[in-house]
Amino acid sequence: MTSTPSLDVRGLAYAYPDGHQALFGVDLTLGRGERVALLGPNGAGKTTLVLHLNGILTAGAGTVTVAGLPVGRKHMAEIRRKVGIVFQDPDDQLFMPTVREDVAFGPAAAGLRGAALDAVVARALDRVGMGEYADRPPHHLSFGQRRRVAVATVLAGEPEILVLDEPSSNLDPASRRELADVLRSLDVTVLMVTHDLPYALELCPRSLILSEGVIAADGPTREILSDEELMTRHRLELPYGFVPGSVA
Amino acid sequence: MGAGHAHRLYRRGDSPVHRLPPHTKLAAVLGFVLVVVTTPREAVWAFALYAALLAGVAARARVPAGFVLRRLAIEIPFVAFAVLMPFVVPGESTTVLGVSLSVPGLWGAWNVLAKGTLGVAASVLLAATTELRDLVLGLQRLGLPSLLVQIASFMIRYGDVITDEMRRMSVARRSRGFEARGVRHWGVLAKSAGALFIRSYERGERVHLAMVSRGYTGTMPLLDERPATRAQWAGALALPLAALPLCLFALLG
Amino acid sequence: MHVPDGFINAPVSAAAGVVAAGAVAVSLRGARKELDERAAPLAGLVAAFIFAVQMLNFPVAAGTSGHLLGGALAAVLVGPWTGVLCVAVVLLMQGVLFADGGLTALGVNITVMGVTTVVVAWAVFRGLRLVLPRTRGGVTAATFVAAAVSVPASATVFTLVYAVGGTTDVPVGKVLTAMLGVHVLIGVGEAVITALTVGAVLAVRPDLVHGARGLTAPLKLRVGGELVDAVPAAAPEPARAGSPKKLWAGGLLTALVLAGVVSFYASASPDGLEKVAADQGIDAKAEEHAAADSPLADYGVRGIGSARLSGGLAGVIGVTATLAVGTGAFWITRRRRAAGSGADAGADSGARV
Repeated sequence: MTSTPSLDVRGLAYAYPDGHQALFGVDLTLGRGERVALLGPNGAGKTTLVLHLNGILTAGAGTVTVAGLPVGRKHMAEIRRKVGIVFQDPDDQLFMPTVREDVAFGPAAAGLRGAALDAVVARALDRVGMGEYADRPPHHLSFGQRRRVAVATVLAGEPEILVLDEPSSNLDPASRRELADVLRSLDVTVLMVTHDLPYALELCPRSLILSEGVIAADGPTREILSDEELMTRHRLELPYGFVPGSVA
Repeated sequence: MGAGHAHRLYRRGDSPVHRLPPHTKLAAVLGFVLVVVTTPREAVWAFALYAALLAGVAARARVPAGFVLRRLAIEIPFVAFAVLMPFVVPGESTTVLGVSLSVPGLWGAWNVLAKGTLGVAASVLLAATTELRDLVLGLQRLGLPSLLVQIASFMIRYGDVITDEMRRMSVARRSRGFEARGVRHWGVLAKSAGALFIRSYERGERVHLAMVSRGYTGTMPLLDERPATRAQWAGALALPLAALPLCLFALLG
Repeated sequence: MHVPDGFINAPVSAAAGVVAAGAVAVSLRGARKELDERAAPLAGLVAAFIFAVQMLNFPVAAGTSGHLLGGALAAVLVGPWTGVLCVAVVLLMQGVLFADGGLTALGVNITVMGVTTVVVAWAVFRGLRLVLPRTRGGVTAATFVAAAVSVPASATVFTLVYAVGGTTDVPVGKVLTAMLGVHVLIGVGEAVITALTVGAVLAVRPDLVHGARGLTAPLKLRVGGELVDAVPAAAPEPARAGSPKKLWAGGLLTALVLAGVVSFYASASPDGLEKVAADQGIDAKAEEHAAADSPLADYGVRGIGSARLSGGLAGVIGVTATLAVGTGAFWITRRRRAAGSGADAGADSGARV
């Protein structure tokens, strides 16, 4: 790899204050522009890992580096701008009274004002195809629209890496398709945490399996999904009738 | 803030009153109500003129009279209190239709009814012509502390979400054949309230995470700072300024 | 209970506004300390919760229903500072958005329904926690009494405000009796539901109940195979100056003095408490008041049941409520003094009113 990787995690371990240890030495590297799926059973530590990427949780051991910048108190504002996390429930993410204010929140917190701010907001909304909904309150939108706005709130910060937590959950097939189109059109590094294996195959050439707090597999998505023994070992199951090799 | 309330009180429209900046309207309503409250109750004519002023505002805002009158229902508990006054207040009494009523009590009832009604009507007009969000922005521009503004914004944003959760829990209870009928069922309802609190609190924590992830450090970026023009201020303050001389006249007269 | 414009005269409304603003200002500082930067989202969500709970109706019997005021609930669940903020914001929004409660009466409404209920409930709650066993049952019992006292206390403060600044001379004794009679009943409903709700949260997430902090077992460390108590990371609550006994003796004295003043006020009016209590006419009026409070608009104060009040009961409750108010005031002063370094004193003086 010639350029600096977007994300580099080395030997990351973490235990919650109550003593429960969730991560046991995670190693992973994401090159710039890659789209990678992070798979794993419930309780594997996926969410814990995600919360380390922008410094909400601080590593008990090991390091997280974003575009060459170590995650730590010193660069927190910069890190949080570079790592855009889209949380699972868009209602948690869209906390401002209108779509426009919500998308503007991050850039405004970083000091942007006036026409420059308006331009950033308009561009982020256009990228997810929600330009005409700027003045609506979030609770008047459909779930799929809210999820796309949630993506826009993060894109407005021009992140280095986009982290999505279960992006396809609760979406109807059409919304799921629309979101896929949006994600494919972006030129940022994407880390997608998901249980939706066909979605991972559709969008991410590469997949990681996080199991019991470590990366248990790392390779092309098609190969991983086709390895029955590996899949069973980590409690991963394909939907009925779905054969990864047969999808073009 | 059930969806119902928020949306029933606001009437979408494009009148000159709708277009006024929210903080000028808030200041105008507050000024008007202050003038009304200060007016001596004996000046019955002044109250009639105040009502006429409000009717003028309603006409400009194209808010139908019936709408305002229906919202006055919010006052009913105190109307009842006012109705009692002529019977309980001591003092000189008079006889109306064979019933003995106290004169100071009648004046007291009139005082509460007139001022209370004008106050509610003014507030209803404000709420009918201003969107929820703008009202909060208006409070912010009038100097409400930022933390209170934030709390109020979150309350508005999540009022619907939480009332929806409450409604879903109620549907879930009823689909399992539970119908709250009396004191015996308080336990179940309180458990729901407890669960609702836990959900609300946990959502608060998640929202905080999402905010921090986008660079929140304890203060909200102040957006949308369009100061009101002099003409807008003049338009809004026309209401209290028209009422003020009436009040002064009543005080002196 | 939302007071409209023109009910209380201008000077007293303004004074109540100053009290409310002071209390909110102090609570803002307290809440920031309690919740740091999480204050805004958490208090906002709790305010939305209080608002929603006020719409949750609890059927009483025969078609009538009641709902929570929520002051005591907020105090026990999220602490007094955040509690005052949440209830104040709910009242502010009700006034501005729904025309519920006059704008000029906002100070009165916040003082009576927000500050009084939260402060009284918290004072009673903390007091009882000192006496009751340190168990879940103890917390629930303390919550019950705190909520039961908070409602009549609020009614008492309203009556006092009315006595000083009412625009019409209604005999104070009559108002107090009528208000207390109805609100004692409302208070019992409030108490049952608040206690059950807190109990329900305690059973699932005891860590979220502010008033139950210190209930969890202390952390242990394993040192050489043996368990030893860990030193808590955060410093425990600032040590109270003086003994708790002294505090309570002082609180009792203040309360008794206040109670005396109130009784004097009441009996100085044309017909004193006792006479009013014997007067059958009050029954009807109180009942009418309860009915007036009942189903209106889509949300609102619904009176709980009808009020057959006995003067004796009202008197006893009156003293209890006053006791609570006095203790609350004393407790605040005490706390302020304990916390009051010179620099803070000026800014905080608003709450000492």
